[in-house]
Amino acid sequence: MQELIQQVVSGLANGGIFASLALALVLIYNAMGLLNFAQGEMAMFATFIAFTFINHGVSYWFALPLTVAIAFAGGVLIQRVVIRPVERAPVLTLVIVTLGLATLINGAAGFFFGYVPRVFPSPFSVSTVNLLGAYVSYQDMGVIVVSGVVLVLIYLLLQRTTIGLTMRAAAHHREASRLLGVRVSWMLALGWGLASAVGTVSGIMVAPVLVLEPNLMQTIIIYAFAAAVLGGIESPLGAVVGGLIVGVTVNLAGAYIPFVGGDLQLAVALAIIVGVLVVKPNGLFGRPSVRNV
Amino acid sequence: MQLIQQRLRTAPPRYWLVLVVAMFFVGLPTVVSSFQSSEWTQVLIFAIVIMGLNILVGYSGQISLGHGALMAVGAYTSAILIHRYRVDYLVTIPIAGLLTGVVGFLLGIPALRLSALYLALATFALAVVTPSLIKRPVELTGGVQGILIAAPDPPQFAKDAFAAITGGPAMTSDQWMYYVSLFLALLLFWFAWNIVRHRPGRAMRAIRDREVAAATFGINVAAYKTMAFGISAFYAGIAGALYGLTSGFVSPDSFPLALSFQLLVGTVIGGLGSIAGPLVGGIFTFWLPIISSQFVSSQPWIPAQIASAFQKAGPAVTYGALLIVIMIFAPNGIVGLVFAGYVRLQARLRGAGDRGTGQMPPDPQTV
Repeated sequence: MQELIQQVVSGLANGGIFASLALALVLIYNAMGLLNFAQGEMAMFATFIAFTFINHGVSYWFALPLTVAIAFAGGVLIQRVVIRPVERAPVLTLVIVTLGLATLINGAAGFFFGYVPRVFPSPFSVSTVNLLGAYVSYQDMGVIVVSGVVLVLIYLLLQRTTIGLTMRAAAHHREASRLLGVRVSWMLALGWGLASAVGTVSGIMVAPVLVLEPNLMQTIIIYAFAAAVLGGIESPLGAVVGGLIVGVTVNLAGAYIPFVGGDLQLAVALAIIVGVLVVKPNGLFGRPSVRNV
Repeated sequence: MQLIQQRLRTAPPRYWLVLVVAMFFVGLPTVVSSFQSSEWTQVLIFAIVIMGLNILVGYSGQISLGHGALMAVGAYTSAILIHRYRVDYLVTIPIAGLLTGVVGFLLGIPALRLSALYLALATFALAVVTPSLIKRPVELTGGVQGILIAAPDPPQFAKDAFAAITGGPAMTSDQWMYYVSLFLALLLFWFAWNIVRHRPGRAMRAIRDREVAAATFGINVAAYKTMAFGISAFYAGIAGALYGLTSGFVSPDSFPLALSFQLLVGTVIGGLGSIAGPLVGGIFTFWLPIISSQFVSSQPWIPAQIASAFQKAGPAVTYGALLIVIMIFAPNGIVGLVFAGYVRLQARLRGAGDRGTGQMPPDPQTV
């Protein structure tokens, strides 16, 4: 029982990380109907930027918002320079462009920061506290809290502010929004910026658990995809719930199913993705899509 | 005799181009070193798998980011047959192709239910998971270490013929594998050329362009889509088997996600939906990283530190940048660019002003 609680809590901590990245994917999907395969790499690059700041003596709690702000600007820039020229192209083209972006950013990180794995500092201690008879680390709880704060902030921004309303309007009814004076293209750029910023938080949270290197997010992005698909790709709430479910499921499968163990956890994510897509393509919270013939 | 002469005179120019290219590849090992032949073998293997990917992406309009995983199936099939069951390596190549084709066909069935975006996602996940899936059955796949394959010895007649023609030493294993790959590449390109020009190709293009309309015309959409997946995987399986045979070993790390990307890059760079595209794509994906890193390290004005960082990161940077630039400025790839230029040149030579008559140039996507 005690071990079960520990596994669930650390699963929730992982789930918070997956949820942040999945939320980033959902934000871009909602803005332009696209899965951003470069989301993880963008987060990884931003994490390297945070690492550079911290290495130069900037305090952690100052480096974090600074990096998030830079990531936001970077996201806007990428949308303006790379995505905008192909905005109206077929899905296949867009997918290939984001893959190109992923490869490019991965290479750029290797070029600027090298391939040597680095230890990323964590503000939370790894010591544990007794919670309901189970030992839970401050690290896990810190990650859960930070992820939770970010998710609530995004929710408030999207649902309770004018800018959030215009963003949602631009995504859902492009033409109508434009007629009402919404600058749709800039709203898309804003969506990219926001997604990049949220994704960055997941990168910074996961880096202390793993080690920082250019392929940091290559597996995390798969879990995030699984989370987004499970929750319903257009639902921000779904991304969060999906992230937590994926985090706990993968952790429990790794701990209790001998066949899965440590190295086939990724296959669990693959099974979730394929299973959801084949059985219930709209996920838990998605609306069924209607196609115009 | 007269008939042959007439045939020769009326042959379209592209037939001559094909002949020249084929002769270039047949003659190549007689003038370059054995090692250089082995490099060009890699080009041919890339060309084969990219041809298969092109049938899937360029003609049937489905996407796969998991062709590296399918290559792994082919390579491991061949390696296991050779290593465990002592099957002759030449026999394992078609078996690997057929088995991978079946796997691809089975993958194509759930793929029917997925939109392009989700298909990309599912195959992407497959490519990421494959290396750890391969490691699991250790007795069969050799786990992390993989399987060693002895270099195939060329048959006596080939050795003698090669020595007689070049007047040098007998044929090496690398050169023999080059010719095996070339033979298969020619065969598979010819096969693809026939598929895309006839009923299946027309059906696949119709599905790509307007699926609902294709279905109303009586095209069996599901059958052709899964068939495209199967054929595409068959190509990947053959290429995978050759990949293992030429590199002398297969291991889980021979088939990383980067390989699947590289294949997609090759498909896009060469040109989606063209027969010449995969060859161009194969040449580019193989030589681009090598040439670009050689170029960077040979420039005296580039500091050594930057040059050495570029050695490792260079391919990813060049591939990524190129992929984006090509998609934005030349979505039909290099072959599409050349073809469009050729059409424009011809129009100018004929003196027929496109603008005057308002005639549209032919769509370079349809071959």
